[in-house]
Amino acid sequence: MFPKYDIIVVGAGHAGCEAAAAAANLGSKVLLITMNMQTIAQMSCNPAMGGIAKGQIIREIDALGGYSGIVTDKSMIQFRMLNKSKGPAMWSPRAQNDRMLFSATWREMLEKTPNVDFYQDMVKELLIEKFHVVGVKTALGHEIKATCVIITSGTFLNGLIHIGEKKFGGGRVAEKAATGITEQLISFGFESDRLKTGTPPRVDGRSLDYSKMEEQKGDDEMVGFSFLNIPKISASQQKSCFITYTNTTVHEILKTGFDRSPMYSGRIEGVGPRYCPSIEDKINRFADKDRHQLFVEPEGWNTVEIYVNGFSTSLPEEVQIAALRTVPGFENCRIFRPGYAIEYDYFPPTQLLYSLETKLLKNLFFAGQINGTTGYEEAACQGIMAGINAHQKANNKEAFVLKRDEAYIGVLIDDLISKGTQEPYRMFTSRAEFRTLLRQDNADLRLTEMSFNIGLATKERLENVYQKKNAVENIKKNLQELSIEPEEINPFLQTINSSIITEKQKLNKILLRPSVSLKSLAKSGISQVNNIINNYTSYELEQAEIQIKYERYIEKEQEMANKMKQMEELIIPELFDYDKISALSAEALQKFKKIKPHTIGQASRISGVNPSDIQILMVYMGR
Amino acid sequence: MINRLSEWNDTIVALATPAGVGAIGVIRVSGNLAIDIVDNMFPSKKLQQQPSHTLHVGLLKYENEILDEVVIALFKNPTSYTGEDVVEISCHGSAFIQQKIIQAITANGARLAKPGEFTQRAFLNGKLDLAQAEAVADVIASNTEASKNAAIKNMRGGFSSSLQMLREELIKFSALIELELDFSQEDVAFADRNNLINLIKHLQVNTNILIESFALGNVIKNGVQVAIIGKPNAGKSTLLNSLLNDERAIVSDIAGTTRDTVEEILNIDGVLFRLIDTAGIRHHTTDVIEQIGVKRSLQKMQQADVVIYLFDVNEIDANELIVLENELKDNLVPYILVGNKIDNNAEKKVVVEKFASFKEIIFISAKHQQGVNLLKDKIKNLAVNGDVHTESIIVTNARHFEALQKLSDTLSDILKGINDNISGDLIALDIRQALYYLGLITGEVTNNDQLDYIFSKFCIGK
Repeated sequence: MFPKYDIIVVGAGHAGCEAAAAAANLGSKVLLITMNMQTIAQMSCNPAMGGIAKGQIIREIDALGGYSGIVTDKSMIQFRMLNKSKGPAMWSPRAQNDRMLFSATWREMLEKTPNVDFYQDMVKELLIEKFHVVGVKTALGHEIKATCVIITSGTFLNGLIHIGEKKFGGGRVAEKAATGITEQLISFGFESDRLKTGTPPRVDGRSLDYSKMEEQKGDDEMVGFSFLNIPKISASQQKSCFITYTNTTVHEILKTGFDRSPMYSGRIEGVGPRYCPSIEDKINRFADKDRHQLFVEPEGWNTVEIYVNGFSTSLPEEVQIAALRTVPGFENCRIFRPGYAIEYDYFPPTQLLYSLETKLLKNLFFAGQINGTTGYEEAACQGIMAGINAHQKANNKEAFVLKRDEAYIGVLIDDLISKGTQEPYRMFTSRAEFRTLLRQDNADLRLTEMSFNIGLATKERLENVYQKKNAVENIKKNLQELSIEPEEINPFLQTINSSIITEKQKLNKILLRPSVSLKSLAKSGISQVNNIINNYTSYELEQAEIQIKYERYIEKEQEMANKMKQMEELIIPELFDYDKISALSAEALQKFKKIKPHTIGQASRISGVNPSDIQILMVYMGR
Repeated sequence: MINRLSEWNDTIVALATPAGVGAIGVIRVSGNLAIDIVDNMFPSKKLQQQPSHTLHVGLLKYENEILDEVVIALFKNPTSYTGEDVVEISCHGSAFIQQKIIQAITANGARLAKPGEFTQRAFLNGKLDLAQAEAVADVIASNTEASKNAAIKNMRGGFSSSLQMLREELIKFSALIELELDFSQEDVAFADRNNLINLIKHLQVNTNILIESFALGNVIKNGVQVAIIGKPNAGKSTLLNSLLNDERAIVSDIAGTTRDTVEEILNIDGVLFRLIDTAGIRHHTTDVIEQIGVKRSLQKMQQADVVIYLFDVNEIDANELIVLENELKDNLVPYILVGNKIDNNAEKKVVVEKFASFKEIIFISAKHQQGVNLLKDKIKNLAVNGDVHTESIIVTNARHFEALQKLSDTLSDILKGINDNISGDLIALDIRQALYYLGLITGEVTNNDQLDYIFSKFCIGK
């Protein structure tokens, strides 16, 4: 019934969809298996993409030729560039999306991608020969062969849902859990553990009083995520979000349900993320705070459903609604679906190689929550990397690995496989040591050419990058060569309260002033300046401006990154025998043997490993 | 965070012979800048143009100051111990001179080598076999352990807790900055820049105290600096010689014979002193060479731990001495007033009466070795009984010193950033550097430390 595929992707969430798209676009014959064709690329949590550090990841996925940025642009109902008042490394695009449109757009794009087949079924077993995965077996009894298999199980593996004292199996509410794979993998020596996450109630927007909340509108400029020019809604069409707060009354009501909370009764074993706590966790751990912010997000264009971000809870439904009704604006609220907590299986990611292939079973790849991460963006970026690397593996090509100074994706995967994670892993900009290099505005300059070279990013994308690079160099050159007389610029400088110049100066020097931007310079009325501004696109101008204004910081980080690079180039042989080094500390020995670091650089980032252990290791490795 | 391992294409320097022992010391420099760095300090010849395995004699200079007359052995890669360009400088055995040379080399772009690093490089460049490598690994492990233990032992309670405090406050500071960067969309209060400025200033003060205490750390290692000052011909060189019982300094009756400072080591009951004889302080000197000498004397006086002010009892009256003593008081360095040239007991009575208004003057005859032992006791008591601050927080490790200085520079960058009102992510970049330098002393600081702090103190997450 089924041909042999190059790659089977198990699960069609953010990771699975990106994996299928990448592998297929590289030329692999892909089968995407999902338990429900109606929920492809479902946003299980809030209807938003991007945000701080996460927005950068989507830009990187897009620069590599993934779909998440395009889908987000096509389905957005609001766009904001967060942190615009901070340095450019912090600028982070975020969109609110129409949940159903997002899912439908993903499905449409996958259906239009040649080489992607779909099948609705549950994979309950892997076909394994001599420690190589060779296919999958489904609940309906089909054996489907493939060269590589990518598992993106999300919260579905032995998913267990809690609402108050009720608990039942499920991958999302009203959807069945998946079983079988964890047990099989454990029998092959895999370690597995439980994580927990949660979601807030969804309510009827018609029952809310928005006059009691603060409105948060979208930006005037619809920048978006994709480096391709994707048609987006106009700024005036955007939907608003709203902000409201809990209060002590809300907290008192919530506390009445604590005795029936699965969190405190010990029914939940999994570890939840510290940065995404349930509302009961917030009032319990931060008892001195008398209010918590709630972010009221519309679910789409054609629905009244509202997502109450910040109110994640697994308390009994009646406590949820009673408490919610004491929140300003929610006095008469009607609930569509209660919040719940969900526990699921994950496999500590130290069991993976940089390619996201498992160390124990060849040709088996993991991506997304199965690796202990949380978040659509974190999942999607692992998906595209697993898709690429499964294709590379199937074709006997070298793994495609991004380094910590090249992409947030590189930071994420390196953190996962070197350090593992004990709680759902979310990206923060502070996790990246070179965040001034890893900006959302230059993701294309960093990654598109690399992706083109392995055959994923299109020629169109590459040409866009070359065009941008050339333009930026020209702008920088023009600004460097352009000398401005005091009388030309001083009237403008006075209007912005910037000190005047007394002798002529190059324009790029003036641009270094914090209060001066290229955009504002347009108001100076200097014709040569306007010539430059009118000759280039706003993205090209912005890129040149960032490179000039932040040169000192960019260079500083580049220097540090270059130092680190040397360590990354020292490969540790796969079969290196750590036991023969008696001088290693016991902890380092144990960690090295378990994680089997790929490079000296990776070895140095393993927690508990000292610099002297690394020196000793280097001595043994020779050059 | 930033990796803290050796990069092996940079240039390293260290003393290759045991510190403070032997008539000569050998300083080894290895790396691709080794020859260039020493070339800069060695005006007699262009070392870069000399063949490998050759010796060169000449003066080693740094910023026009002569450091020592040295013999330089040149080994070009790959035929050297490490396989890199290696320069070995044989200099005099004085710990002081060696330290100055090493400091000059690091100022020119090398960094201090880590334990076993030369050997490690030798191995990496294929100069050792595996059996030798095993021995090296053990050496690194034991050296690291030993230096760690030594460092802990050397650290007075005050030092380690100061650093601990610096580290914690800096992590807290960086966490506050990271908080407003990564969680700007949440309901969190922004870090008050004024508080941050105060915190950084506080850190600067603490860092600078530690940096200053490094000088004191050297006191323990290299001796208490005692400067002998006084007018020309007050008998300073004679005193020096009688303290040392030899003829080290040129002694003559012509005022201004000692043209340069002279240093000698004196051991009084086990306490090491570094005696510095200086050119006399004489106003209106026109002799150019001597002017330089006088300038150096004044500098030495300020750097000294103890100042001996020597005067000729026959050439000075009480009023003049009051003025001089006030100058010494302004200098804030502990001092001893010593009246010289008391040649017989009858004379002494008159003299004691003449200076009766002074709290304490030691009267000696340097020429006749009288009163010199009393002076020695006085010097020792000053050093041992705490007027010299040997008991304060002390940094002894040169690497710690280097790290603290870089930390101090970086703290200035942070402060400047806050004052210029630059964005938090850019301030954070400098903070990361500061944490890196602090980590060289206290151990690693990871971004998890910051996140742990954030999650424990702030309610984050939707």
